[in-house]
Amino acid sequence: MTGRGFLRDLAIAVALLVVLLVLPTVVPHPAMRDFVIYVIAYGLLAMSLNLLVGFTGLVSFGHAAYFASGAYIFGLLMQSGKFGIPLAMLIAIGGTALLALVIGAICVRLKEIYFAFLTLAFQMFIHSIILTWVSLTGGDQGLMGGIPRPPFLGIDLNNGMSLYVFCSVVFVVCMVIMRQVVQSPFGYTLRMIRDNPHRANFLGVNVVRMKLAIFVIAGTMASVGGIVMALFVSGAYPEFGFWTTSGEAIFMIMLGGTQLFIGPFIGAILLQTLNHYVTIYTEHHGLVLGIVILVFVLGLRRGLADFVYLWFQDRKTKQIEKEAGR
Amino acid sequence: MELQALAGCLSSVSCTVMQVSTGLIIGMLLFLVASGLSLIFGVLGVINFAHGSFYMIGAYFAFSAYQLTDSFTLAILSGALGVGIFGMVFERLFMSKVYGRDVLMQLLVCYAFILILDDMVKILYGAEYKLMGMPQAFALPPIQVGGGFIPSYYVFMIGISAVIGLVLWLGIAKTRFGKVVRAAAINPTMVGALGINTTLLYAFVFGIGSLLAGTAGALAAPIRTLTPGMGLSILIESFIVTVIGGMGSIVGAFIAALLIGLTRAFGSMGFPLFVDGMMFAMMALVLIVKPSGLLGRPVH
Repeated sequence: MTGRGFLRDLAIAVALLVVLLVLPTVVPHPAMRDFVIYVIAYGLLAMSLNLLVGFTGLVSFGHAAYFASGAYIFGLLMQSGKFGIPLAMLIAIGGTALLALVIGAICVRLKEIYFAFLTLAFQMFIHSIILTWVSLTGGDQGLMGGIPRPPFLGIDLNNGMSLYVFCSVVFVVCMVIMRQVVQSPFGYTLRMIRDNPHRANFLGVNVVRMKLAIFVIAGTMASVGGIVMALFVSGAYPEFGFWTTSGEAIFMIMLGGTQLFIGPFIGAILLQTLNHYVTIYTEHHGLVLGIVILVFVLGLRRGLADFVYLWFQDRKTKQIEKEAGR
Repeated sequence: MELQALAGCLSSVSCTVMQVSTGLIIGMLLFLVASGLSLIFGVLGVINFAHGSFYMIGAYFAFSAYQLTDSFTLAILSGALGVGIFGMVFERLFMSKVYGRDVLMQLLVCYAFILILDDMVKILYGAEYKLMGMPQAFALPPIQVGGGFIPSYYVFMIGISAVIGLVLWLGIAKTRFGKVVRAAAINPTMVGALGINTTLLYAFVFGIGSLLAGTAGALAAPIRTLTPGMGLSILIESFIVTVIGGMGSIVGAFIAALLIGLTRAFGSMGFPLFVDGMMFAMMALVLIVKPSGLLGRPVH
């Protein structure tokens, strides 16, 4: 059963990759490629956050910290000129895992609303380090001077199309990993912790350790998003680790909904599209976004993807009822 | 490191006095904001992530009132009451709709309001820094204590914050209303069954919490530059204060606020780059050693 599930997931992943790779030939505009890379970076942030929010019931308001740490560690290693891209990526992911381990060890013991605030506080601490340690990070100017992209294994990421393919492959690999985590026994333990932590505890699950483990995994996946972003914009900026980035990631999850594994990615697409048009028409981006959030939270009371999903479910049930009635 | 500067300051009475007064005003502002945050959390069980924005609009309300009327008293009152009423409306129209629901939803409502309020301030006042200026009444020579000079406004601010804190503490610890509030924090259903309108009580408590943030904003207006987004750093710091002091404890918030205020005042001399780190280290230490905070109820 697990084997078949895995094969199915793999097939879907390959299909997703094919869609991503074919997209630039269908829509040959370079802006489309840029848009997809953006969505991939923020999609990874949102999907990894959903491991905490959706599957474990841990609402983190500081997830962008790991996005930023991935971007900064990677950028700094590349600028030092001593590392290739793959090695720098691995070190950035490992470094972020360590950071998430330290912060997570303090945060995961607390109950949910406290947890949300504490993760926010630590994120702002990371942000303030980025701002004050000017000699290392460039302060509020961001990591200046660009990030070099030396070729590795015959791949030259300075070529726009290779960069696009590389990001797509990284994205799909991360999706497969996250899907495996969620479908594993560990993933189901997390759902149990979300639904009833006391029961999980009675059954002998070490709740704190499980939460910490998923916190670290989610952090590393977010750091991959940050690395993709740093590669793409050839820099790293303090905004990566600002609380608004975390807030947007949370809204992506809400928009995309919790019914589907791919939901947060859909949320990322929706929010990036919205951002794109809002910034064209108005400079009051926050005002518009804030009102949109309120409409979704208080009006629809669920995300767009959930809304559509439930609408379909509803229609299906009605149809079945109608047929049964006949 | 400028540890010599710190040592030099500590060895001179006048410098110490000045730094202590700076620490006290930072601490008092933090105390007002944090006690509001803590009160709302203690009774309603929600953390108002938009609390820093309430502090910000308190400052802007005071700024506008001062420009219009030239009266500092009216400025403070409009900051305090304006934000108090705003908080009640916010609770009734928005926050109360997400009480029973996911934490995610509460977070999103607050997030939306932080964005909206920041942008509203930008639209109404512009994105640049604003200065309110020191009111005429406080254009007095600074008060001399042990060779150090303390601006008279600082003395006023410390005094009035202490009075507000005392009234708040007495109100919660000694009055009948305070008893009802404390009871509602523990068992709202029971309080409701005894014939008390908890809906109204919640709105009122939220209003008081907001009023405290607004008061802090209004008091800070003459000595701080006003800018959209000014609420965020005080939100984080006041959260650190409530964690160290213990959620729901007014006295704990007071002690922790002074601790953080003094750390900031002396730390910015001795180790300016590590002040934030120091505050977080203190918070982490408290969380590891005593997760409920110095004087808080146990956290589950």
